[in-house]
Amino acid sequence: MAETILVIAEQREGKLNRVSLETVAGAQALAKQTGWSVEAAVVGGESAASAAKELAGCAVAKVYAITGAALEPYTPDGYVAALNAFLSAGTPKLVLLPHTYQVRDFAPRLAARMGAALVSDVVGCRFEGGKLLLTRPMFQGKFVADIALNGDGPAFASLQSGAYRADKVEAASAPAHVEQVQAAAGEIRTHPEAPFQEARQAVDLTQAELIVSVGRGIKEQKNIALAQSLADALGASLGASRPICDAGWLPMAHQVGSSGQTVSPKLYLALGISGAIQHVVGMKGSRHIVAVNKDAGAPIFEVADVGVVGDLFAVVPALIEEVKKAKG
Amino acid sequence: MKILVCMKQVPQKDAPLKLNEQANWIREDASYEVNEPDAYALEEALRQKEKNGGEVVVITAGPARAQHVLREALAKGADRAIHLEDDRFASMDAVNTARALAAAIKDESFDMIFTGLQSDDCGWAQTGPLMAELLGWPHATIIMEIEAKEGGIRVKRELESGFFQYVEMPLPAVLTIQSGISKLRYATLLGIKQAKNKPLRKVAYDEVASSLQPNQLTIERLYVPQKTKQTEMLEGSPQEVARQLVAKLHDEMHVL
Repeated sequence: MAETILVIAEQREGKLNRVSLETVAGAQALAKQTGWSVEAAVVGGESAASAAKELAGCAVAKVYAITGAALEPYTPDGYVAALNAFLSAGTPKLVLLPHTYQVRDFAPRLAARMGAALVSDVVGCRFEGGKLLLTRPMFQGKFVADIALNGDGPAFASLQSGAYRADKVEAASAPAHVEQVQAAAGEIRTHPEAPFQEARQAVDLTQAELIVSVGRGIKEQKNIALAQSLADALGASLGASRPICDAGWLPMAHQVGSSGQTVSPKLYLALGISGAIQHVVGMKGSRHIVAVNKDAGAPIFEVADVGVVGDLFAVVPALIEEVKKAKG
Repeated sequence: MKILVCMKQVPQKDAPLKLNEQANWIREDASYEVNEPDAYALEEALRQKEKNGGEVVVITAGPARAQHVLREALAKGADRAIHLEDDRFASMDAVNTARALAAAIKDESFDMIFTGLQSDDCGWAQTGPLMAELLGWPHATIIMEIEAKEGGIRVKRELESGFFQYVEMPLPAVLTIQSGISKLRYATLLGIKQAKNKPLRKVAYDEVASSLQPNQLTIERLYVPQKTKQTEMLEGSPQEVARQLVAKLHDEMHVL
């Protein structure tokens, strides 16, 4: 499969996650530029079979269901051994993966074992002048970089959530052939227990219509009250970026972003949030985004519909007053 | 327990950064600080030492200025430091950085290696798992708790969407530490004084060069991201801005 882009999709209990479908969409878009073919693989125990079926519904040349008892539950040792054996049998040009916590866990090792490099956190791929360029944020999103791969070896890239759209996946006219691959077993040294959730999320931001969210720019815990006043005036829920919850200024249940909740309210009002990618992936689906930040270069303004460059401690009190007036 | 903590010096979070002339990296004249996720890795290592005894060693690869993060770590309580000192370490890809670090500790015998979750400059989030691969050790990422157990450790891993998981593994192992799991300590005056006399081993580029390979990645171009969205910027006094915004919330967004 030399001239091939292989997508390694992620499944849980037989279901593909959305970013895996986005990755398929990315592979299909890139294949149109390069003329390469797209294949897809899914890894796991018996339940991976239904995920393979789902993949076969996408316009891909072939689907591989790589299964084995040692692949359920997930361990980096199991996945790296199985995928290394599979990929070594017929190395694709490019391996695309969704940039999930699980991929972050095993993909660097897999790439290194194959003598290849992994370009992580990719937000765009393009083929230009015979060269593959992978675009990714750097310096916390202040810049983006076009990364080129040296040498002819296989390349690995993990695509950030939202880089491509899952609803743009081209469907198959007839289901693709699913090839069953018996996974090579290796020594598994880590022993995972069943995943669990801590106390039920007390704050369900996913259902909120309006969210006022605070970031580092709020400076001190006592200033959270200011954001709360604005939220109260608007009838909004209070969200936060990771550093605020890390500092214990608000409970973790308020956290928006890749490690917190993914929200899509009618209004997301970001106060003093710089807009690191880990936060943005959790809120960029909001209908309207308003950002107040003192730094005009803050990446939050890349996704904002309306922006205010200014001191939130001056803007927010004025805003509270105006909102109260408007609401009578 | 003998723990190695990998640390990195990165540009300060709020520092304005400028592109260099080739537009493939930032200009060197920025202000720098310790990569915050690495500070949490150090904090966890110091807490493990307080609980179980042992030694905490800190390591960095970077130019002379990077020594500052090691001195700071020594002042906070690390026992000794290793500095792979050369400008060339700053422009290595993740695999070569891991190779250099692994080569520098080949005569040591650590029980655990900690790294931060990712760096605030490159953000590859790969150095930890790559070191595990090079050393042939097991690893686990995004760790929130570590408990010593008979024959190894039991760690709490963060998964996505509010899920967690406990994982048991033998030692030696590599762990990447989640940020924000503890309160970072400050260096005490006594600590700062003592740090001056703690051992700091320097490793020259030539000592690890034979372990390195050509970089597999090249940054072709670094640039300010293009806007995908038309952002309307509101200007004026706070009162004016507030009035304009409320009008928008009411008339255009229909949320008031």
